[in-house]
Amino acid sequence: MRRALGVAIVVLLAAAPFYLSSYYVGLLTKALILGLFAMSLNLLMGYTGLGSFGHALYFGVGAYTAALLSLKVIANFWVDLLAALAAAVVVALGFGPLTLRARGSYFAMITLALAQVAWGVAFGWRSLTGGDDGLPGIARPVVMAGLTLGGETAFFYFVAVVFAAATVALAVVVESPFGKALAGIKESETRMEVLGYDVWAYQYAASVIAGFLAGLAGVLFVYYNGYVSPVYLSVVFSAQALLMVILGGAGTLLGPAIGAAIIVLLENLISIFTERWVLVLGTIYVVVTLFAPRGIQGLLRRRA
Amino acid sequence: MTFWIVQTLNGISFGMLLFLLAAGMSLIFGLIRVLNLAHGSFYLVGAYLALTVLGYTRSFVLALVVAVAGVVLLGVVFERFIVRRIYGDELRQALLTFGFLFMLGDLSLWIWGGNPQTLPKPEAFSGSLRVSGIVFPTYRLFVIVVGAFIGGGLWWLQEKTKLGAMIRAGVDDGEMARGMGINTSLLFTIVFALGAALAAFGGVLGGVIVGVHPGIDLEVLLFAFVVIIIGGLGSLKGAFVGGLLVGLLDTFGKALFPELALFTVFAPMAVILAVRPTGLFGRA
Repeated sequence: MRRALGVAIVVLLAAAPFYLSSYYVGLLTKALILGLFAMSLNLLMGYTGLGSFGHALYFGVGAYTAALLSLKVIANFWVDLLAALAAAVVVALGFGPLTLRARGSYFAMITLALAQVAWGVAFGWRSLTGGDDGLPGIARPVVMAGLTLGGETAFFYFVAVVFAAATVALAVVVESPFGKALAGIKESETRMEVLGYDVWAYQYAASVIAGFLAGLAGVLFVYYNGYVSPVYLSVVFSAQALLMVILGGAGTLLGPAIGAAIIVLLENLISIFTERWVLVLGTIYVVVTLFAPRGIQGLLRRRA
Repeated sequence: MTFWIVQTLNGISFGMLLFLLAAGMSLIFGLIRVLNLAHGSFYLVGAYLALTVLGYTRSFVLALVVAVAGVVLLGVVFERFIVRRIYGDELRQALLTFGFLFMLGDLSLWIWGGNPQTLPKPEAFSGSLRVSGIVFPTYRLFVIVVGAFIGGGLWWLQEKTKLGAMIRAGVDDGEMARGMGINTSLLFTIVFALGAALAAFGGVLGGVIVGVHPGIDLEVLLFAFVVIIIGGLGSLKGAFVGGLLVGLLDTFGKALFPELALFTVFAPMAVILAVRPTGLFGRA
């Protein structure tokens, strides 16, 4: 039953460009990219028990690296992608020792503050980053000679393949002994410590993997939008990823992607009827955190 | 020389505003462990309420009273009926307060519009002071004096009164404080109200200098954040010293290195995080 449902969803998604207008294919692409971003955060939050309020840092670092390289150095997709991923990993390696000393609210606060440092640089260093205006004019990537991902459909398939590969990779990580240890750490750090696990090293590794995947999502988002701005690094973006994770179900593999799809779709629908999307979004935060801490999956399960 | 003196005074007056904002947020965090991201909204709503009252009456004192009272009411309702429901789940709480920041921000945009506005100076402090060739607006001096007074008052409250002793006990060890018969439930509400009042006060005073516009809630929140991290959580002294430091860093940063404006504030914070994670005056 579950398998049949899964196959049906994959087929429906793969065939989307055949029955959706290019506008909605674009929207779906956005949902997949933000879904990947939320899933990367979920590895920390849902599986390891580290609720970061600054995950946009890695998303933004990946995005800015790819954008700056492609605009100012070399517009080669693979070079820019690898450099951006390396940058996200380096930042994660550097910031892990600073953040992992704290837990709970303090962890949230420190991650937020560190992301803010990068935001400050992107915002202030106008000559390099364009400041608040960001950097426009980033062309869709040429994946190999003769294959440009110009149209919405081609780019959608590219993002879908990356998304699928990342999902499989995440599933492998989560199911591996490493992933099981993360789950144990989430339950009780002390217990895992007593069992001889190096808790810190596991958390460090998880945050680097999460940073890598967030950086990947950031690169895709740059090519999707064609521009980058400090918003990519902002606390608004970090918080939105948290909301997506909780809404879809923290600690479930694809839940955060469902959460992302819901937010992207709602933003689109509600903005048609009213200018007050931000008010609605704020209300969603409040309602979800108060009444649906386990997300829609939790709600559905309680019904059943 | 004039440049340094004027900028120093500017930095100190901005630092006082940051202190007002950070003191409440730091106490709330220290005592209740809530990362109240809606704290910047208290500043925003306070400034807008004062703006409305000033539109009708011209009385700065009345505007201040209405703004503080209105925001305290808002803070108490928020704490009693919403935040309270999920005490203990820190991440959810932070996210909840972030939703509130959005709601209050968008409602304010709806009510007061999107144009940046500045509160008129109170009549008595509309001039400037001239000392040996240096001209400085008296209003900024007024802010410095008021900030120092409030700092002193808060210090007295915390160190010399029973309420202060209870707050300190709660910050040090909440469970033990409850065990000793302190009504922490009431204490939480009082501290939340106090924090909201200070932020609204900052909003009214700051509304004259910095002004008020959509998005300033997040801007001042992030400044308060830096102050708290530099000064140390739950520490009044930390909020005061941190506020002054950040106020000066920001003012001189903007004047001397406009390209790196925000970086001059955030970089020292990152250094403090690396070297002294509890901040200058925070305890573990």
